[in-house]
Amino acid sequence: MTTPAVLVLRAAGTNCERETAYAFERFGARATISHVNRLLESPDELQRHHVLALPGGFAYGDDAGAGAVLACEMRSRLNEPLRRFVAEGGLVLGICNGFQALVRLGLLPGLDDVLGVQEVSLADNDSLKYEDRWVRLQVTSRRCVFVGDMPAPELPLAHGEGKLVPRDAQVRARLAADDRVVFRYVDEQLHPTQHYPENPNGSTDAIAGLTDRTGRVLGLMPHPERALFGYHHPAWTRQGARVPDLGPGAPLFANACDWVRAQR
Amino acid sequence: MHATAEDKDGRPARDVPLSAFCIEVALREDRQDVVAARVAAQARELGLPLPDGLRSRRGWSLRVRGGEREARRLAEGLLVDPVMHVVRVLSPDADPREHGSRRLEIVRLPGVMDPGAQSIVRAATRLELDVQDVRSWQAFVAPAGTDPAALKRLGNELLANAAIEEVRLDPTTGIPPVADLPETPFRLVHVAIQRAGAAELERLSRDGCLALDATEMRAVQEHFRAEDREPTDIELETIAQTWSEHCKHKTLTGLVEYEGRVHDNLLKSTIARATRELDRPFCKSVFVDNAGVVAFDEKHHLTFKVETHNHPSAIEPYGGAGTGLGGVLRDTLGTGLGARPIASTDVFCFGPADLPAGKLPRGALHPRRVMKGVVAGVRDYGNRMGIPTVNGAVCFDERYTGNPLVYCGSIGLLPADRLHKEVRPGDLVLLAGGRTGRDGIHGATFSSQELHEESEKVSSGAVQIGNAIEEKRLMDALLQARDLGLYRAVTDCGAGGLSSAVGEMAADTGAQVQLERVPLKYHGLSYAEIWISEAQERMVFAVPPEHEAAILRVFAAEDVEATVIGRFEASGRLRADFRGTRVMDLDLRFLHEGLPRRTRQAVRRARATRDPAPLPAGREGEMLRRLLGAPNIASKAWIIHQYDHEVQAGSVVKPLVGPRREGPSDAAVVAPVLGSRRGFAVGCGLDPCLGDVDPGRMALHAIDEALRNVVAVGGDPAQASILDNFSWGSCERPENLGDLVEACLACYAGAKAYGTPFISGKDSLNNDYRVGDAVQSIPPTLLISALAIVPDVAQACSMDLKGAGHELVLVGESGPELGGSHLARLLGEAGAEVPPVDLARAPRILSAVHAAIARGLVLACHDLSEGGLGVAAAEMAFGGGVGAELDLARLPVRGAPDVARRLFGQSASRFLLEVEPAQIPALHALLADLPHARLGRTAAHADLVVTDGGRPVLREPLAGLRAAWLAPLDLDHEHGEAAR
Repeated sequence: MTTPAVLVLRAAGTNCERETAYAFERFGARATISHVNRLLESPDELQRHHVLALPGGFAYGDDAGAGAVLACEMRSRLNEPLRRFVAEGGLVLGICNGFQALVRLGLLPGLDDVLGVQEVSLADNDSLKYEDRWVRLQVTSRRCVFVGDMPAPELPLAHGEGKLVPRDAQVRARLAADDRVVFRYVDEQLHPTQHYPENPNGSTDAIAGLTDRTGRVLGLMPHPERALFGYHHPAWTRQGARVPDLGPGAPLFANACDWVRAQR
Repeated sequence: MHATAEDKDGRPARDVPLSAFCIEVALREDRQDVVAARVAAQARELGLPLPDGLRSRRGWSLRVRGGEREARRLAEGLLVDPVMHVVRVLSPDADPREHGSRRLEIVRLPGVMDPGAQSIVRAATRLELDVQDVRSWQAFVAPAGTDPAALKRLGNELLANAAIEEVRLDPTTGIPPVADLPETPFRLVHVAIQRAGAAELERLSRDGCLALDATEMRAVQEHFRAEDREPTDIELETIAQTWSEHCKHKTLTGLVEYEGRVHDNLLKSTIARATRELDRPFCKSVFVDNAGVVAFDEKHHLTFKVETHNHPSAIEPYGGAGTGLGGVLRDTLGTGLGARPIASTDVFCFGPADLPAGKLPRGALHPRRVMKGVVAGVRDYGNRMGIPTVNGAVCFDERYTGNPLVYCGSIGLLPADRLHKEVRPGDLVLLAGGRTGRDGIHGATFSSQELHEESEKVSSGAVQIGNAIEEKRLMDALLQARDLGLYRAVTDCGAGGLSSAVGEMAADTGAQVQLERVPLKYHGLSYAEIWISEAQERMVFAVPPEHEAAILRVFAAEDVEATVIGRFEASGRLRADFRGTRVMDLDLRFLHEGLPRRTRQAVRRARATRDPAPLPAGREGEMLRRLLGAPNIASKAWIIHQYDHEVQAGSVVKPLVGPRREGPSDAAVVAPVLGSRRGFAVGCGLDPCLGDVDPGRMALHAIDEALRNVVAVGGDPAQASILDNFSWGSCERPENLGDLVEACLACYAGAKAYGTPFISGKDSLNNDYRVGDAVQSIPPTLLISALAIVPDVAQACSMDLKGAGHELVLVGESGPELGGSHLARLLGEAGAEVPPVDLARAPRILSAVHAAIARGLVLACHDLSEGGLGVAAAEMAFGGGVGAELDLARLPVRGAPDVARRLFGQSASRFLLEVEPAQIPALHALLADLPHARLGRTAAHADLVVTDGGRPVLREPLAGLRAAWLAPLDLDHEHGEAAR
């Protein structure tokens, strides 16, 4: 059986690469953490992997805008290899800062399938604050291979710029019409909400995660790798002896690895 | 010459000149401007008459090789989000004002570190653009009719800090890029000290900011007389930095006469002595390295260090606190051959957040502003570094207004085979990390002096502002070089800069450095400034010459600048050259051992504190709500949510727990090795209110509380270690020093009794604020931080009640004393006596409670501290959303405490446990002869009910208690300074 090969890409300021790599390894993948400098030196390296993961952090400091520099670098120098990677069946996961980069790069939501054209933005939270808190999500599309049949998860997030803003009304309408929205923030009654803090950043239409046309690219603001184990959950001590081994973020990694293995 | 304007990639060649531009980014008109909205709301609360329509701008002034085309490429590739922004690219000579509007600009003063700008320079290289001299700024545009005076006040009172920033109103030209400082012609300065009299020595110390006293200056004079020469300025500086209270702890390591006895080196004779006598095998390195080191698992040790960064945070809270954290993270990276930082702690002491403007001492920033800045500084640094901030505390007292306290702690994971460091003659001195600028000059000596109303003006050179991403890169490279074994020793450049770092590393050998090799942020620094600059994010390595090429490759691959600046040698001298001239040649033995030891006088402070009048019956419910709303007790959620406490995926018991994530954890539990369930608990104890009444008992309570906290979440007290951090008023005053002696003696007694070693510590003993002739000392403030192993994190415990129908068991004894309690404070007195700590029984209580938790007998556990039983029970109840009923008549007591004392007293060594009824016999067996009682039960209603043997005491709905606790420190819903 194929061992899923995962490339975890980091740049100066990326800071979730170790736990992201570990999350894939937990489900049998071989994960390699690689500095973007190395990938720029040999872009073909990408094609030797099944999954490209862009982890969270503050790539290059984010002073110019979250994910901007990494996206710009990838756009100018990895455009072609990246298109080919996705076209040939590769999976791409962008978490938090990685999602921001995918959006700047135009890979998500990719409505017009033109790499390099940005259709949405992840802007300053309405609270104007970086915030770490757990949120409840609804799975609004099962088309994305990372999602599979996972139950609606509670996941932690931690960011200052996560408010999804579509470029215009048309983009906003197409996100729903073209089935690009994978996760939405929901309230206790499980309804998508604009209410703070259930919707922690004021994201348009409560959008927390997007996929592309193929369903093989996922970007999300919450951090599934921080919800890998049962004891990652903030209220796990309330579950008595029934604490599950795996946490609500685990299926995203398991599904990706399973999908890769099922391809051969 | 064969010059072309562009090479084949369309990139301007090196001989194309630089051009200056201002790039300004504005939100598109149809986008919500949350920054402007926030500022406008705060301005309204300040009473500033601002019309609607304020808009924010961000800008960068810079030089770029090429012309406007390159500037636009930078803007569009990097600075502009096309979905959100529009951009203007202007010449700095152009009028930046927009038609029909007023403009307010906030810009950093020259020489102040600009971390955003540094990142732009780096990022631009990724776009193959040569960008230099970047200066970032912020601007606001208001309608033309806006009152200019109101805008000016907005800038000065809300947006800018005069220590580092200036405000420009309606400027007619743009902000120019950073200019080089005027080149100072090289001139070697000697200081005439050999024949100086006493008055002249004092003047030299004062004018040179040396912070050396008369005895110390005389010792320096003697030394140079013996060498028959005058010192250079940097030789004096180096001695001053090395001998500073900050670096040498000369009060604690000196002689202290107290009540007829001379204490020779309190540090050694109390704190370190306890550790030595306990001789615990898990202590791997104590008091010698940059952090204490204890065993963790077969492959790893844990390192722990807590630093203070008080004075910089008073002047510039954001930069001071951020670099406080940045500094302690470098301590972790500089422990052994480098530990990976895995968790941070922070503890702050501020003036009251609601201090009336009229009570603000001249020259001090308002506590609310200090608090917001400090929290933002720690947030931005820690979050960017990717180190979870997992535990902390905040304490308010009016005496911290002029001199706030900022404690930053760092825990690291060190491979067990990377503990030992050594420096050999012949090793290279390698400096890596950020470039050196004029920032933070005189930090070590500044922190060793009192603050005063002019501090902001004279000390702004001491302000340090950090760049977390620079440090992140440095960390990534360092850990790789460590694993490859490319260096023999490492330490961080902290207080005193290169003078301290190289001076310490070379202590047993000697070193020679070439100062002109140090990479600079801008031209114009003198050799002295290069040597003592406290520019952040730098570390010094001792590299065997054969590894030079390899280590430089590792740093280059991570885009970290690394430079060999000299060589360690077997000379016993610390030598520096600048462009071929010897500027320093100091005897290292004198530098490290020549400090004369003084005898300081200490006396016992006269105290006449008393208990308040008894609380009238029937007011217990009201008092509970007031206690929950007291700032020291109230929820710190506003702060906690701004910290990333989950990065690295090790978080097991989080700072906020329960179904609504509102219950305040006693301590954090972290499992730092992915895939392993072995973890640690980290917590702290701090209560300066106790110190006002009895500093010795304050120390015992702090140790007891820190250990209670880690035990409450599952930490093993038999595998616990502690840190001391003393922040005191000036110890030149005998009463303050007397308090310190009492606290040190108690630390010894406490550590011995609990069997818990101190492994590291730090003191800050000049926390006074002077306005004119009036001096305000802070209250004696001892922070004890505790680290305990949690053998299996699956056995960790949280404080939120889990469900109805369970027993509530109180462990420990409640006495009648009210000294230092919050109840006494709210009733207007300090209280007569601090509750004693029973040192024979307390360690047994900790062990028994730990055993109960480890065996799974405990559903919830909370320690009793500020506000006593009432506050602890309320927090557990609303934290879990479960009602509770308690009968005070069942409480195990000492003496005859009245109802209020039983409910709100702060006796030590107490826990409240939630237990399944079926587990009571097993728990009872563990607690055996220790005082404990079944106090009541959890209930299916939503109230906290307290009775005293059938007589009702209070019945309070949890919703009201929760609201009282949540509201006070939610700073988003009150006015304050703008988000930064």
